[in-house]
Amino acid sequence: MIKEDVIICRCEDITLKDITDLLDEGYQTFEEIKRILRIGMGACQGSTCISLLQREISNYHNIPIEKVETPKVRPLMTGVKLKSISEAYKNES
Amino acid sequence: MKANIVIIGSGISGVSIAYNLAKKGVKDIVVVDKSYISSGSTGRCGAGVRQQWGTLMNCKLAKSSIDFFEKAQKILKYHRDIEFKQEGYLIVAEDDEEFNQFKKNVKLQNSVGIPSIQISKDEAKKIVPHLNLDVIHSATYCKTDGHLNPFLMTDAYYVAAKKLGVKFYFYEEVKEIIVSNKKIQKVITDKHEFYTHKVVNAAGGFAKEVGDLVGIDIPVYSENHEILVTEPIEKIQGPMVISFKKNIYCQQVPHGAFIMGRSDKSVEKNHDISSTWKFLDEMSKTAVELLPLIGELRVIRQWGGSYNVSPDRQPIISDTKELAGYYMAVGFSGHGFMFAPMTGLLLSEMILNEPTSIDITDLHIDRFESENKTNYEQSVV
Ligand SMILES: Cc1cc2nc3c(=O)[nH]c(=O)nc-3n(C[C@H](O)[C@H](O)[C@H](O)COP(=O)(O)OP(=O)(O)OC[C@H]3O[C@@H](n4cnc5c(N)ncnc54)[C@H](O)[C@@H]3O)c2cc1C
Repeated sequence: MIKEDVIICRCEDITLKDITDLLDEGYQTFEEIKRILRIGMGACQGSTCISLLQREISNYHNIPIEKVETPKVRPLMTGVKLKSISEAYKNES
Repeated sequence: MKANIVIIGSGISGVSIAYNLAKKGVKDIVVVDKSYISSGSTGRCGAGVRQQWGTLMNCKLAKSSIDFFEKAQKILKYHRDIEFKQEGYLIVAEDDEEFNQFKKNVKLQNSVGIPSIQISKDEAKKIVPHLNLDVIHSATYCKTDGHLNPFLMTDAYYVAAKKLGVKFYFYEEVKEIIVSNKKIQKVITDKHEFYTHKVVNAAGGFAKEVGDLVGIDIPVYSENHEILVTEPIEKIQGPMVISFKKNIYCQQVPHGAFIMGRSDKSVEKNHDISSTWKFLDEMSKTAVELLPLIGELRVIRQWGGSYNVSPDRQPIISDTKELAGYYMAVGFSGHGFMFAPMTGLLLSEMILNEPTSIDITDLHIDRFESENKTNYEQSVV
């Protein structure tokens, strides 16, 4: 498997190699890796990559996948235009 | 375990202090953080770096810090890009009152070599074409202000400090500091005991609590400040745009996303860092009014973080007369990221009894004892 070719996060264009490089450098947790690579912070808010990264951390450190902590889910649940929010009140009436 | 010094907090302040001390040759430096690196305000901040301030002290701290940021990548020999974007801050004035205040500010800034200028709204439009001229009076602009990636800047200090031998302990909370004979003896965490005579309080939002551990009353409090980020697009905005009266700061980061925040006067003093619908509502209205074009952008996520606020909105970088060996770098009042290079340098000088690079008597905790001495910083969002 060519690690450069395996995309883990499509929003931020993060490959498997980006992930394993950081694990090799000694970064251990989801939060640390997220902050360096922006993985999980893109338009889809981690729909695909969270479980993929969880699995990589689990394999690398040999810990059960359910023990790998994942980041906080942030509002909004879906992208909304600023304009729509600012005008929302108007549209309600 | 023995340590020469224990630094509490691995935000930008803690890592900068550790790096500066290690660079000056101090051995056995320990940094303890109750969570992961930059988990406090640092990893939640807007990471704007500006020199357009209203007090002399803030101007000096900011200017010298920018001088460092310009060379940080090289000095720290960091292997990733810290994403320093130096395309200025545009501060808009809403009315004559702000225009006159800014006139004084620019004069003060220029007196210490900060290249800020006061400009008309048409000139502002040339710098930020999507600015709504109907709602502004004029602006000031400083082209050497900018922005960095807060995670990577903190990581850069962290990696450099580690190379110099600093030991980091994450996910470990300082619970107790043992003092006897007016001297610090021990720092106790939930995992270790460190024998040390020196402690630095760089605990950000928890600065007051870490003062309480040794009975020193630090006059700071924490309050939630919210922020959001949009989807990334091609570059359309160079500088950070801010307005104190409208209550907004808004920057397009090199990655393409816009980040923006504002403060809420009614927010309570506590450790809450949650997200509210009210913020989203007010933020969107302010942003769309001042920068209509970005109304087209989708909001991706919002979050919150603590401002640790001091009575005069200037940091407390200080030792204490009550307890030798106890130092603090706290109360940054929403602008501690941009001062971090100087925070680290000045505190390391103070700890080593060296003359400080700039006179920081005005940042000492004792300044609050005499009320008329405080010089209130008004240029804050
Ligand atoms: C929304 C927002 C926007 C901002 N925008 C800007 C900006 O544009 N420019 C700017 O310069 N500043 C900005 N700031 C302010 C900036 O984030 C802070 O001033 C700065 O990050 C403070 O860094 P610090 O290292 O002092 O504190 P923190 O980053 O908060 O670090 C303190 C650390 O101490 C740890 N800690 C606390 N108590 C203990 C304990 N008992 N034991 C062990 N560890 C402990 C915490 O876990 C934390 O990691 C903003 C802040 C917010 C919230």
